[in-house]
Amino acid sequence: MIRRLSVAVAIAAFGLVFLSLAVGYTEQVSLRPLAESYVRLVPQELGAQNVITGILLTFRAFDTLGEVAVLFMVAASVGLVLGPTQPLSAEAREEVAVKARPSSEIVRSGAEILAPLIAIFAAYIIMNGHLSAGGGFQGGAVIASGVLLMLLAYPRYRLALDFLSITESVAGVLFVLAGVAGLIFAGGFLDNRILPIGQFGALFSAGAIPVLSMLLGIKVGCELSVILDSFRP
Amino acid sequence: MISSIVLTTGLLLVLVGLWGLLTQRNILRITIGFSLMGTGTHIVIVAIGYVRNGTAPIIDRSLDMAGAASRVVDPIPAALVVTAIVIGMAVTAVMLAFAIRLYDSKRTLSIDAFTESKW
Repeated sequence: MIRRLSVAVAIAAFGLVFLSLAVGYTEQVSLRPLAESYVRLVPQELGAQNVITGILLTFRAFDTLGEVAVLFMVAASVGLVLGPTQPLSAEAREEVAVKARPSSEIVRSGAEILAPLIAIFAAYIIMNGHLSAGGGFQGGAVIASGVLLMLLAYPRYRLALDFLSITESVAGVLFVLAGVAGLIFAGGFLDNRILPIGQFGALFSAGAIPVLSMLLGIKVGCELSVILDSFRP
Repeated sequence: MISSIVLTTGLLLVLVGLWGLLTQRNILRITIGFSLMGTGTHIVIVAIGYVRNGTAPIIDRSLDMAGAASRVVDPIPAALVVTAIVIGMAVTAVMLAFAIRLYDSKRTLSIDAFTESKW
């Protein structure tokens, strides 16, 4: 009873705070100075059409790097928490695989048709990050959704975990190296102007942003796939 | 106007998530409560970045570079939310991993069964 009462009090108190926020909120009519300078600088100086990608991969790329580190830590800790206490022998792994119920015909046929399309769509999203809505994180998540579909359709499907972790590490190292190159050849850490800006709106433009986007997409896709894989029995 | 509706929705989602967090006894439902709170926060952050009659901050044929600053919404909250969504997913993954291990130890998902650290 006391617990219910205190929960109700807490919800009501938060509700009051939120109510005052919602009542006191007024819509912006013009951009704040920082946002305005981003909107001006990203197309002019970085050559990227998508302002958000320009912010994520150049002006605030250090945050993005930290976030990738968080993802790596999560992949490691999920593996640590869920990993087997002793490594499974080949027979035990086979036994687990046999116990897994095979998926239905519909799921398998659907996965066969959709998996390549998902991969192409992910590549499209990653490579168009600087031109329209998209980018490395989103594309990486799409890759992982394709991997999840494969895991659902084929319970015996084994991901090449060694390959994934090596690819992921290489992508991470290259990302940091691109950042250091920006420090040496351009204005600062993870500056995209280490490569020529190119023609505004072309596929290969905006300096290093497509490269960084690609590395980010590969890294996020690998990490999310490893996380997904560690969740199955 | 539209952003007030979105803002209110986000704040309500945060409240729903908080309620689920405080009242539910099943660990999976508590995880869902956490996710709802996170999603509500994301919606609130995106809503406060809205500029009246603004469009997406992508410069293309219909939005020239010179006039962009007066016609787009704030890009910073959107950039922050992209990162926040990934972190929210990561937190959910860790919580689910712990839920699996807790289930292994007691064969139940009710937090009433886990009394070791209760005072």
